[in-house]
Amino acid sequence: MSLLELRNVEARYGPVKALHGVSLTIGGGELVAVLGANGAGKTTTLRAISGTVRRTGDVVFGGKALPRRPEAAAKAGIAHVPEGRGTFSDLTVWENLRLGAYTRRGSIKDDARRVFGFFPRLEERRDQQAGTLSGGEQQMLALGRAMMARPKLLLLDEPSLGLAPLIVKEIFEALERMKGQDGMSVLVVEQNANLALAHAARAYVLEVGTVVVEGTSDELRANESVRKSYLGY
Amino acid sequence: MRTRLWLELSAFVVLAAVVVLLPRFVSDFRARELAIVGMYFIALLGLSILTGFNGQISLGHGAFMAIGGYTTAILSVNGFYGHQLRDLWTIPIAGVVAGIAGLVVGVPALRLSGLYLALITFGIAVSFPQLPKKFDHFFGGTTGKILNLAKPPFGLSTTNNNWIYYLTWGIALVLLVAAWLLVRGKTGRAFKAIRDSEVAAVSAGISLGRYKTLAFGISAFYAGVAGSLYAIANAYVNPDVFPIILSVYLVVGLAVGGLDSLFGMIAGAALIYFLQNHADTVARWLNHLPALSLDPQKPGIPSVVFGVVLIVVMVLLPTGVGGLVRRLFGPLTTRLYTRS
Amino acid sequence: MLVAAFTWTEFAQQLAAGIREGAIYAGLALAIVIIYRSTRVINFAQGEMATFTTFIAWSLMNQGLTFWEAFPIVLAIAFTGGVVIERALIRPVEDAPVLTIVIITLGLALLLNGLMNLIWGGANVQFHGPFSTRTIDIGGVPVSVQDIGIVAVSILLVALLALFFRFTKLGLGMRAAAVNRDSSRLVGVRVSWMLALGWGIATVLGAVAGMMIAPVVFLDPNMMQTILLYAFAAAVLGGLDSPVGAVVGGILLGVTITMLGRYVGFIGSTLKLPAALLLILVLLLVRPGGLFGKVAVRRV
Repeated sequence: MSLLELRNVEARYGPVKALHGVSLTIGGGELVAVLGANGAGKTTTLRAISGTVRRTGDVVFGGKALPRRPEAAAKAGIAHVPEGRGTFSDLTVWENLRLGAYTRRGSIKDDARRVFGFFPRLEERRDQQAGTLSGGEQQMLALGRAMMARPKLLLLDEPSLGLAPLIVKEIFEALERMKGQDGMSVLVVEQNANLALAHAARAYVLEVGTVVVEGTSDELRANESVRKSYLGY
Repeated sequence: MRTRLWLELSAFVVLAAVVVLLPRFVSDFRARELAIVGMYFIALLGLSILTGFNGQISLGHGAFMAIGGYTTAILSVNGFYGHQLRDLWTIPIAGVVAGIAGLVVGVPALRLSGLYLALITFGIAVSFPQLPKKFDHFFGGTTGKILNLAKPPFGLSTTNNNWIYYLTWGIALVLLVAAWLLVRGKTGRAFKAIRDSEVAAVSAGISLGRYKTLAFGISAFYAGVAGSLYAIANAYVNPDVFPIILSVYLVVGLAVGGLDSLFGMIAGAALIYFLQNHADTVARWLNHLPALSLDPQKPGIPSVVFGVVLIVVMVLLPTGVGGLVRRLFGPLTTRLYTRS
Repeated sequence: MLVAAFTWTEFAQQLAAGIREGAIYAGLALAIVIIYRSTRVINFAQGEMATFTTFIAWSLMNQGLTFWEAFPIVLAIAFTGGVVIERALIRPVEDAPVLTIVIITLGLALLLNGLMNLIWGGANVQFHGPFSTRTIDIGGVPVSVQDIGIVAVSILLVALLALFFRFTKLGLGMRAAAVNRDSSRLVGVRVSWMLALGWGIATVLGAVAGMMIAPVVFLDPNMMQTILLYAFAAAVLGGLDSPVGAVVGGILLGVTITMLGRYVGFIGSTLKLPAALLLILVLLLVRPGGLFGKVAVRRV
């Protein structure tokens, strides 16, 4: 049984329709990529899952229909790292992490230790204002915040955006380790298709709000139109 | 969009026609009331230019009205180097004096934005009524100054109130056209650019300092003219004629009118006049409804009525009357436009 | 211009009075800032809501309760009232332009003022505060017990709030909602209820301020109007999105105004507010964000 299933999801921003019926699935412990050009609807797809955009259609998570309110997604175990990180810049690193665990009860010490294990730089900057961190560190913070929730599904929007390749490598390696540890699933939106396919087992390609190609990474890499349009060779 | 232009032009023609013909159908007293609505309208036009089109908030425009009113009073009574000025000629002077004051205020306003600016301008509104009391030999203190009753010029045979009505609305229509042209022109575009994004405006080469102070000056000019007319209509000025709360009423009128809708300001002006002076009428009228007992004589009822009306109007029309009109006519112009 | 006679005793007394005034401004300024931070709305009804709750306290005490018996009841009513008003009046128009919402609070202020006149008449009523009006001697200076009590209660309240915001999960959620709504939703903070909570807390702050000042200035429907103006000034002085600034600004303003009013004859009592605003203007020209506020650095 799949962890998450989208059936014909549509979404709009005011009068403009961004998703024209997107269907996809993710299983437990999978890393799945969503590829596509600017404006294809990748970010909107993630928003539709986390409930931060108006949608119609079914989103089934863990066998149950997911209510449309954003708090519901967070409570159900979905953590969304938005485009641009969405860190609480005026709050400290530690407070950002605390917020990640907002929906959980009980002690968060172990989770914090784990996050600091992945990203030691965050521990160094524990009491610093999040807004003073570099781009790469903020991305780590955003990821760490998501991890604090012990999510079943992690939604990642453009993690590599604006970051140096070395930092990106660090972040994706951390992602691989996280995925392995709790059977967490990751749905990652990436414009850097090569990078995404290097780590993802499967991928979906979106164009103008619908899925046009889907398959395993190997299948996509073999697909000529995908290669030409998104992989650059 | 040509259709929009035609709509606005026809609206103006209708308005002008109504203005000209209305006094025949209403009592003399009503004409005076409508004249005061016209004065509020003029002030609101100015405020709309500043806040609606240029994004600067002012909670002190009552002070500019006071400047205009007192200028007119002083020039008519004390005179200028011994010559007592005819009240009519003082109107543009009052506007200019207020406008200069606006430019002066506009300079420090450049450093402030949003609520900070609102508070400082409110400070001006609060401080202003104290000035005539402190410098009472010049400003007449709390008793103020008394002007000659306004008389129609050139022996025109019409009542005083009708004269004030035509004077006010004549000026109002002229100033409306001026505002309309301003807003559609290069200055107006600069104003709007600054309102929408100062950073982008500067990158496009628009001088913030020049246009923001200009907006203050122009809006103060309008307020000054309105204040001047008010002084003429009242035939006296004193600190209570332009109280602190006037600045607040103006902002209320602005919001009800719809911030950047020039025509909407008429509705805003009407509402603030109506609520100030006829809250008791509304109470009496509501009294007819069953289960409500709103004795307008009881203290507090006018405030309750005023408050409730404000809340209801703003909840129902969050973008003001102007916003409502745009929503109603929006689809119309879109449909017509796309067809052609 | 300056007053001739000056004694240290009187200076100390004026200082004490100024701190007491400032404590009241601080409470209301804090209420204003809490709502402003999370919603960008200035609640013009803050003062009237405070007076209204104070009248409720007076009514309860008329029924036989002591001040401290009525106190928690009034706070509970104030909290509920604030939440209800936010849900009923503000939430339906939360996407409207800020000015619209501000006008609604203005309408609310008028409505409450009228209601108070209706219900409790226009007469001044005696509000017996919890502190005695006798003075005690501190280092040779007679200080009113009431003043000490007012300042103490205000400090206690602010301290409790500070602890709440700093250490509790709910407080963190409220701060998050004020700083970044979208991300707050993503981590599961119920932003909408955080805003309502903000209104509830703000109303409680106002109620305390009202109950503290009523014994001093006599309770009547217009009691809080000038105080609200000073509170705005204090909030701006401190920086509109800084709670610390609101408290510091309040105290500073209270002391400065009292001193100015007493020692600069030209100002007297009529020009206190304009003088204060002029000083604040000068400060804002130098620091456009107030003492503790943040203004996005924008070099254009």
